[in-house]
Amino acid sequence: MPQLEELLAQFANGDMRAASRLMSVVERGGADAERVLDAMFPRTGRAHRIAITGPGGAGKSTLINELARAFRASGRTVGVVAEDPSSPFSGGAILGDRVRMTHAGGDTGVFVRSLASRGSENGLSALASDLADVLDAFGRDIVLLESMGASQVETRIRFSADTIVVVLTPEAGDEVQSLKSGLLEVADIVCVNKSDRGGAESLAGDLDAIMKIREKEGHWRCPVVMTSARDTGSVDTLTKALEEHGRYLDAEGRRAVRRQSSLRARLRARIDESIRSAIWQSPMLAQRFDAIFERVTAGSLPPWRAARELAESLHIESRSSR
Amino acid sequence: MKRPLKVLIAKPGLDGHDRGAKVIANALRDAGMEVVYTGLHQTPEMIIEAAVQEDVDLVSVSVLSGAHMTLIPRIRELMNTAGLADVKLIAGGIIPDHDAAELKRLPGVAGIFGPGTSTRDVVTFIEGLFPGR
Repeated sequence: MPQLEELLAQFANGDMRAASRLMSVVERGGADAERVLDAMFPRTGRAHRIAITGPGGAGKSTLINELARAFRASGRTVGVVAEDPSSPFSGGAILGDRVRMTHAGGDTGVFVRSLASRGSENGLSALASDLADVLDAFGRDIVLLESMGASQVETRIRFSADTIVVVLTPEAGDEVQSLKSGLLEVADIVCVNKSDRGGAESLAGDLDAIMKIREKEGHWRCPVVMTSARDTGSVDTLTKALEEHGRYLDAEGRRAVRRQSSLRARLRARIDESIRSAIWQSPMLAQRFDAIFERVTAGSLPPWRAARELAESLHIESRSSR
Repeated sequence: MKRPLKVLIAKPGLDGHDRGAKVIANALRDAGMEVVYTGLHQTPEMIIEAAVQEDVDLVSVSVLSGAHMTLIPRIRELMNTAGLADVKLIAGGIIPDHDAAELKRLPGVAGIFGPGTSTRDVVTFIEGLFPGR
């Protein structure tokens, strides 16, 4: 493989193979990954980042394929980071999002990168944001992030993009499910996909009513759009909503504010990560852990008190270890 | 940090039967590899583009249509011109022995697997291509 400097020079010249190899360097982590991300950071911030989330099977990959086609038709370049789960048993993964992304053949204006979650418990891992940085720095106008099938509590995704699209389908359950879902609270656009199926209109109506209430509370009026892969024109309702949200962000400096909170969240996540790994790697913890765990198994110490004792002995203030 | 082996599995050409490719994809996943599956009806150009964008360690194609003597050399050639000369290619499907022998003589074609090959053998073969990974 060419040297890092050479890859970065080729990257700056728009070489897709170099961009792809640099993403692998980032994936492998370590000092080289840090050098690459350092080089990317000043070049980021130009792309409109759009996260597509929702339960597995809702049609996220298919929608991304349609969106990419629509954005290409309007002359914009597209990057996609699609994340799929790694097996907790083998560590392997099947990354199947390309199956639905059929437009890409022969068009270098669409750059699709699949990513395995490798133990990350978020719908979109920190690594997905790093790869999005590379695509942004590579000059893509639009960067689409496809999350893994998301659960009701997956709300950290809101820090990963400028616009969050939550994709639901008519068969996803009644409106109580939608009310429960934390996912809806982070939506900038709600997309009722597979709208050719029964119940789509009534689901969209219910969702729209919820969004009206939120608008009265001073939030952005989150549109509810209906799409179907059977009706290729229907994705236009989604692209229009995306354009509108883009304009909303650009007014009154909202995009800058939003990016600030994203950067803050990314920084905090990195701090969490480094503190956690530093603690778990400390030999002092390993020593004391075994001793204190014996007392827990012997029944003389409840786990929460053991955790507090351990934390205090490592000079970590623990206010809420229970 | 090491990344698991990343393998592209693709179905070039017109045949519409991908159970074999899916079985192999599952076997490789169970062996700890990351498998990018492209689905059916891929042109050689689409396969090369996916291999470039995904930066895979290995490209694996399944051909049941009988067009292997056209498709496999073409894919190999496009890989070389796209800067993927160092990425190995393997293939499986209905490929007669004399064709398999000829294909294996192409530089960069690491292996050809016919019907009845056990998934264990494919996994062992791939792991053998990447000693130390």
